[in-house]
Amino acid sequence: MLENKASPTINKSTGLPRKRFYRARAHSNPLSDSHFPVPLSPSHVDYSLHYPQLFPSSDQIDSSRKIQFVDIGCGFGGLLISLSTLFPETLMIGMELRDKVTEYVKERISGLRVANPGQYQNVSVVRTNSMKYIPNYFEKGQLSKMFFLFPDPHFKEKNHRRRVISPHLLDEYAYALQVGGIIYTITDVEELGEWMKSCLENHPMFEALLEKELEADPVVNLLSTATEEGQKVARNGGQTFQAVYRRIAPAS
Amino acid sequence: MEDPRVEECEHDSNKTEEDTQMEEGEQNNKDMEVSPALISVHPTQNSVAVAVGSDLRVFNLLEDCAVTLVDESGGTSHNDSIRGIKYGANGKLFVSAGDDKLVKVWSTESWRCISTVCSEKRVSAVAVSHDGLHVCFADKFGVVWVVDLPGFDGTEGPLNKKAVPMLAHYCSIITSLEFSPDGQFIISADRDFKIRVTVFPKKPLDGAHEIESFCLGHTEFVSCLAFICSPDCSQGILVSGGGDSSVRMWDIISGSLLDTCEVGAKTGQLESDASEGNFSTVTDICTIPNCTLIAAAIQSLQGIMLLSYDLPSQTLSVAKVVSIVGEIFIPTSLGSSISGGLLWMVTGASKLRSFDLSSLSRVKVISGFTKSSPDSSEQEPVVLADSEIPGGTKLLEKLQGSISIDERLSLAAADAVKTAMCNLLIKKQYTVEKREFRKRTRNDKKSKQ
Repeated sequence: MLENKASPTINKSTGLPRKRFYRARAHSNPLSDSHFPVPLSPSHVDYSLHYPQLFPSSDQIDSSRKIQFVDIGCGFGGLLISLSTLFPETLMIGMELRDKVTEYVKERISGLRVANPGQYQNVSVVRTNSMKYIPNYFEKGQLSKMFFLFPDPHFKEKNHRRRVISPHLLDEYAYALQVGGIIYTITDVEELGEWMKSCLENHPMFEALLEKELEADPVVNLLSTATEEGQKVARNGGQTFQAVYRRIAPAS
Repeated sequence: MEDPRVEECEHDSNKTEEDTQMEEGEQNNKDMEVSPALISVHPTQNSVAVAVGSDLRVFNLLEDCAVTLVDESGGTSHNDSIRGIKYGANGKLFVSAGDDKLVKVWSTESWRCISTVCSEKRVSAVAVSHDGLHVCFADKFGVVWVVDLPGFDGTEGPLNKKAVPMLAHYCSIITSLEFSPDGQFIISADRDFKIRVTVFPKKPLDGAHEIESFCLGHTEFVSCLAFICSPDCSQGILVSGGGDSSVRMWDIISGSLLDTCEVGAKTGQLESDASEGNFSTVTDICTIPNCTLIAAAIQSLQGIMLLSYDLPSQTLSVAKVVSIVGEIFIPTSLGSSISGGLLWMVTGASKLRSFDLSSLSRVKVISGFTKSSPDSSEQEPVVLADSEIPGGTKLLEKLQGSISIDERLSLAAADAVKTAMCNLLIKKQYTVEKREFRKRTRNDKKSKQ
């Protein structure tokens, strides 16, 4: 390690962070009181911090341009990195509760920005508890896509309320999503897959995408291929269960 | 697992003595059990109710007599601190609920308990829908439950209903629950600085899924909500008070903050011990009908603060402080009626330790609010003497339990309530060292050499 005085956690040839220095526990308790800063309201989110090239100073924010994609529990950020080049004009953010993992994604994005000038400027990450603070980050109807990829299954029944997809939390996701916005979920745990599907199916503000709509959506394919967790499942020959739903206006 | 706050410690099951030392200062958990005295006034001032501890006391002002509650709904009567009491908007129903996980619905004519609903968790707030058909209550895990009371006409036998979850704040203690004046929205405030405005659906039993807005701006827990009725906007203007010693005014449709009134700074001038950056939590607020005033009860303020609002300019400002002289009286709860023109106040607490008498309540009334600006000298709000209060000593004897109150007890009660509220609602701030110390046994924290 002596020869690399700059930062031993960064890969010298690619400039990207080395994952083994950012190991974290696989689970984090979403119920515990948090100790990270939370913006008071969506207008307090500092876009210049997240997208410095697109928003050079915090006082002249182009208010028409807002984050549209959010990856809840983004993990090591694989999906965001793929989406960033697929939708170069769209602002997107990952939310992750584990501090070390968030640090890794931060380093990864800044490494990619240096290695590929002009690219990856539309992607960022924040350490937060999305189950508590979605309304602090996004206005009503601001988002067009939300991703929940390989969430913590919380098998025990008494821990089901810690699941990131739940009937009551869907109300908040429906609030943040615009009508027509899409929620993507995928898991390799059959029981959780059924749970997420039934939560979405029973919610009056979501409807399932049709088979042909799923085929036409380039993002659907990324769910199982772009993330680290998805690749792991594929390596082990595991099965995945996805549920993709559209936000609809509630019947009045 | 009774309280979400407990769970933050759940990874520390293998505590050592060192841990215990690190966690000193958490001994006050018992104080959380202290509950403030509450007051609620019938919409047309037919009766007044006070709750202190598990004791629910009602005085009938129309007939000038104490009310005896009749509870034949099966189940037990309240046996732990009552945390929420409220009259329905049409005055026919009254709800009480609290730490004993019982929600009791009373008829205000017969004062019989119509229904006792069992909650799974401790109840922190209650509300009755405007049509009187639904009772909502919030628990300490952030879930708002709804129970329907179909065809209630006061003559039916006891109903026993099961509540269903209607909406939820994610694992946060809900501190206040209110319906908008037009009954279209239900507003819930929580410990995580948040106020949620939800469309109250036609079929509440199927859940309230449509969030109208979030009112965000408080920088500490939100403790109380109240509505200003306005002919120009049927849904009313929302007012909230919080642990950040501010009273804020909101447009609930957009969720936008219309104005903020910092009340802590104003109380600071009045008391001597307001140094050390001690926030003065707003414990309760109450709109005074027929004039443009809001009364605020503030921790460590002996009396109340009157705020005046101006709807055209959407502003809120401190009008004056009505001090209570001659005795120690820091209100814990406020109430008013549409017609009475009076502000009812109560101070007190239950489960006071180190006193023979474990609970205390003291009632006071302010009158003389006028339509015109309170700055004008024609009439000043005055604190009524005990004998001038409607119902007189008979009312005080019922609502307070006794006529004379020990001064030392009032102060102790005010202090205990303050501590209990802080312990319950303010997030504990741990230093970075303390947090790292707690994580030291985690696998990913063990240093790899």
